[in-house]
Amino acid sequence: MKTTYREAIRAALREALQQDKRVFLMGEDVGRYGGCYAVSQGLLQEFGEERIRDTPLSESAFVGAGIGAALGGMRPIVEVMTVNFSLLCLDQIVNTAATLRHMSGGQFSVPIVLRMTTGAGRQLAAQHSHSLECWYAHVPGLRVIAPATLEDMRGMLRLALDDPDPVIIFEHNALYNREGDLAEDNNVTDIRRAAVRRQGKDISLICYGGNLHKTLEAAEQLVLNGIDAEVIDLRSLRPLDEETVLASVRKTRRAVMIDESWRSGSLAAEIGMRVAEQAFYDLDAPLARVCTAEVPIPYPGHLEQAALPQVETIVSKAQEAMAQNV
Amino acid sequence: MEQKPSQVSREQGLRWLKDMSRIRRMEEKCAELYGQEKIRGFLHLYIGEEAVAAGAMSELGEDDAVVATYREHGHALMRGISMNAIMAEMYGKLEGCSHGRGGSMHLFDAATRFYGGNAIVSGGLPLSIGLALADKMQNRKRVTACFFGEGAVAEGEFHESLNLAALWQLPVLFVCENNLYAMGTALARSESVTDIHLKAESYGIFSAAVDGMDVISVNTAVCDAVKRIRKKSAPAFLEMRTYRFRAHSMFDPELYRNKEEVEQWKQLCPVATLTARLRAQQVIGEEDIAAIENAVAEEIQTAIDFAEAGHWEPVEDLMKDIYTNRG
Repeated sequence: MKTTYREAIRAALREALQQDKRVFLMGEDVGRYGGCYAVSQGLLQEFGEERIRDTPLSESAFVGAGIGAALGGMRPIVEVMTVNFSLLCLDQIVNTAATLRHMSGGQFSVPIVLRMTTGAGRQLAAQHSHSLECWYAHVPGLRVIAPATLEDMRGMLRLALDDPDPVIIFEHNALYNREGDLAEDNNVTDIRRAAVRRQGKDISLICYGGNLHKTLEAAEQLVLNGIDAEVIDLRSLRPLDEETVLASVRKTRRAVMIDESWRSGSLAAEIGMRVAEQAFYDLDAPLARVCTAEVPIPYPGHLEQAALPQVETIVSKAQEAMAQNV
Repeated sequence: MEQKPSQVSREQGLRWLKDMSRIRRMEEKCAELYGQEKIRGFLHLYIGEEAVAAGAMSELGEDDAVVATYREHGHALMRGISMNAIMAEMYGKLEGCSHGRGGSMHLFDAATRFYGGNAIVSGGLPLSIGLALADKMQNRKRVTACFFGEGAVAEGEFHESLNLAALWQLPVLFVCENNLYAMGTALARSESVTDIHLKAESYGIFSAAVDGMDVISVNTAVCDAVKRIRKKSAPAFLEMRTYRFRAHSMFDPELYRNKEEVEQWKQLCPVATLTARLRAQQVIGEEDIAAIENAVAEEIQTAIDFAEAGHWEPVEDLMKDIYTNRG
């Protein structure tokens, strides 16, 4: 079936709302407007105002309310328009959702699902373009996932709802319009394991979310240079599936991390360090990474593109790594 | 402010006296135990404010929920969490109501629907909105009582939450414990409008100011508010005007207020004034007071023994209760 990422998420939302009366969607403009990125269009008409709940511009209150509703036996899906706005509810996510289980000695679980858009590429300038997934991936008590394929977009929501703990789903804004084929029967996803999206023997390209497609494209270009790259899609940013990453690096002996965050304190930094800790002697070249330039994302298109990881930069970093031998 | 009813029954009077004494004496002991380094971390005492928790909590049913702040020992005790479990939690022992992981500021209890123990000022307000929303969506006639200090009023979450409660007509009882100081900042130094209940009114929420030093006034106001919430399924807001006799926490040298002011408020001590009143009305005698003191002292000693005999969680369990199904 030909579909888009946007429609795949909507299908997942619809299915979740149909299957479980406790599920409801809440957030800014999710109802009448149909979602800032048109993801929830039509759901209000289908499920009504109680379950497709428009909120005021009060991130902290409605995310906190989602946490309370989860404690009260509901299964809220809370949409925060973008990760940039989620900084207004960072307190509720980090200090409350992530800690309640622990502080209560295991008495309370918080089965909330938070959806937020992330990433740059649409000339939305600095306050609508950041990639702050790694901030959330830093926090014990949260599960952080980043679906990058149609299957994952449709399948991960159900798995997130089944998880008794708070789950944050990051949807890269560049993905919504992408089209592709999606099987009717959708049981191929997993939020615990990273996925090997392309098998290869020469170098591991480790990425997630919006950068998967750029990385796959880079891998195809590398073939022309005689380089057979393996592409790992992390899928889950917390916890990280170290095993899949390490197995790949031990096989290829070289690795480049691709991450749309700024490199300081990024997931690329974390993964690189884990590889260094556990597979240092398996490496044939220094670890490398392609991240966003350390600048607030600029508005002009050419500067924005220059700041972001691109296919060419991934290709050249991979070639550099291939040229080295330690 | 509410009118004080003239006569209190013996039974009710004894109950309140005992409840407030339990909080008062337990906390006095906690301060001692803190000095002995048995209790560590931050310890925020409720002494002076007992009338609020004692007068309010009895109007809530078993199914109702309570959300509180880091100054919550009194609320936890009045909600029915055993003194043993509270004391063991302050010690950090496995037998504590949060299995030792929370400490003084994070008392939790699923059995009594006690949702903290929240140490982020105003952090509990959005949570109470969600608990009430879940009740409303599931057609349950429950009330969520949310206790917070007047310092929370300055936070955005206070306003966001009041707006949502009114907009969605949620059954939340907001109880603002206005003790006049947010740590060391006096209300008048942080708020342009110091009549806090007026802020709730501006959101279209039924609200009242209550003499928070008088357990009868507190109880009457809460009783009315809870009835109203259950009947209308709409929020209500009570500003309890109260005072803490002790410092903000054990680290506070109290440089921000003078002793005369504290002494003046101490004249309004909720335990002493109720005792005097019950005596004057000849509802209780000296032997009743002695009996309460003895029973409370015994309960406290039992709680300390319980906490002392409690267990330290093995370090191997360090990674427990981060996620539900993992570790």
